[in-house]
Amino acid sequence: MTVKQLAEKLSLQALSLPEPDREITGGYAGDLLSWVMGRAQSGDAWLTIMTNLNIIAVASLADTACIIIAENSETTEELVQTAAQKGINLLKSEQPVFSLAAQISAFLAEQE
Amino acid sequence: MSEPVTFHFDVEGDNFASAGEASVSIKKILRQLNIDPETIRKVSIAMYEGEINMVIHANGGSADVLIFPDKIRIILEDTGPGIADISLAMQEGWSTAKENVRNLGFGAGMGLPNMKKYTDKMDIESELGKGTKVTMEVFIQ
Repeated sequence: MTVKQLAEKLSLQALSLPEPDREITGGYAGDLLSWVMGRAQSGDAWLTIMTNLNIIAVASLADTACIIIAENSETTEELVQTAAQKGINLLKSEQPVFSLAAQISAFLAEQE
Repeated sequence: MSEPVTFHFDVEGDNFASAGEASVSIKKILRQLNIDPETIRKVSIAMYEGEINMVIHANGGSADVLIFPDKIRIILEDTGPGIADISLAMQEGWSTAKENVRNLGFGAGMGLPNMKKYTDKMDIESELGKGTKVTMEVFIQ
């Protein structure tokens, strides 16, 4: 499942989508950046409510497929622009992390 | 043994907006050099954590990256306060980061443990009031 396909399925708002065809191979949920950095896998969809600029660097270095901001946590124009500049897929949803994770998990299981 | 390719970066203290720039640059360079993705990931994570540590605790510092044919060496050096108890600092969850830093999602006490976990060799030299030097190596697969 690509990031674009997931965005359509879950009606996610795409704030930055430079790599729409990036394949999602798993998921990770968390807000503590070092924790996410050390545990998230390459290709994960990362679910968080953290919206400071550093999430872009973490997503880039941990090589996640996309960042999904849950519960419409407030995002700045600077964050969106940085995501676009650094080639990071950044999406947003009004749904909470738990609900998004359950749906993504079900989609990934369907594909196996 | 052939000479390594070297890169030098200055890391600015207390600037969380630019934190991680050196690591992101190195990631790009390693990609261009066709280093395997797992090695790049290990170097990126370890270096980012070290960079963030210098931003949070040491008012910045310097990062030098040496790329050898068989390994990548990262040397992070600062003139910050030093680490009082290295074995305590190496424990997952131990952190001296302040509230404002924690609010950004840092200070989980995973920095040094992640650096250790993602590198094949790590050495810390630290003196209170003088500074800290961390040398890490990741072997190229």
